[in-house]
Amino acid sequence: MIDVLYFAWVRERIGLPRETLETQAATVADLVTELKAREPRYEAAFADLSALRVALDQELSEFDAPLKGVREVAFFPPMTGG
Amino acid sequence: MKISVQAAPFDLGAELSEFGTGRADVGAVVSFTGIVRDDSGQMHALELEHYPGMTEAAITRIAQEAVERWDLADALVIHRHGRLAIGETIMMVATAARHRAAAFEAAEFLMDYLKSRAPFWKKEHGPGGTSWVEAKDTDEAALKRW
Repeated sequence: MIDVLYFAWVRERIGLPRETLETQAATVADLVTELKAREPRYEAAFADLSALRVALDQELSEFDAPLKGVREVAFFPPMTGG
Repeated sequence: MKISVQAAPFDLGAELSEFGTGRADVGAVVSFTGIVRDDSGQMHALELEHYPGMTEAAITRIAQEAVERWDLADALVIHRHGRLAIGETIMMVATAARHRAAAFEAAEFLMDYLKSRAPFWKKEHGPGGTSWVEAKDTDEAALKRW
């Protein structure tokens, strides 16, 4: 089981802030492929990966990173703090 | 080192009057304050979303790097989230060092990194609804100088 979190417009497009999933995905990219196949709202949120960032267990990571041992995945747009 | 991610306003003067005091190795304190501005003249409010847990960890890591790299005596970061009105203070950083060059540089480094490496997202509320503020290419480019 893995917790998947969404922030900012990713959260709005998907329509929920977080969910817990059962997945066999080996990498973040595999997880994205699984999510996109679920429903059009996921397809819309993940249409352009260059507009997205991913964090694994609260550390910025890459889409080709492995998911083994990861408990929390978060997807969000580029950050705009400060 | 003090890191705070909070919805509540903070007292800039009180924070600065305490910061970097009472020690013989501090000759310079630099601070930056971020304020909600309205470029369109029609904005009602600014909303800041963040990623609880990761936000604190990311800011702490950035501040630790600044302390080590510029040999700072102390560093302070306060960043607010939630709904803010125009003119309200969003955040502040402060750095304390032996000399001013290190304090200025470290404060700029902190700001450049907080802008695109701390998980905050800004949303503008206006008469036509809301819109997410997009990250600028210049924000990412600013990191390259460090």
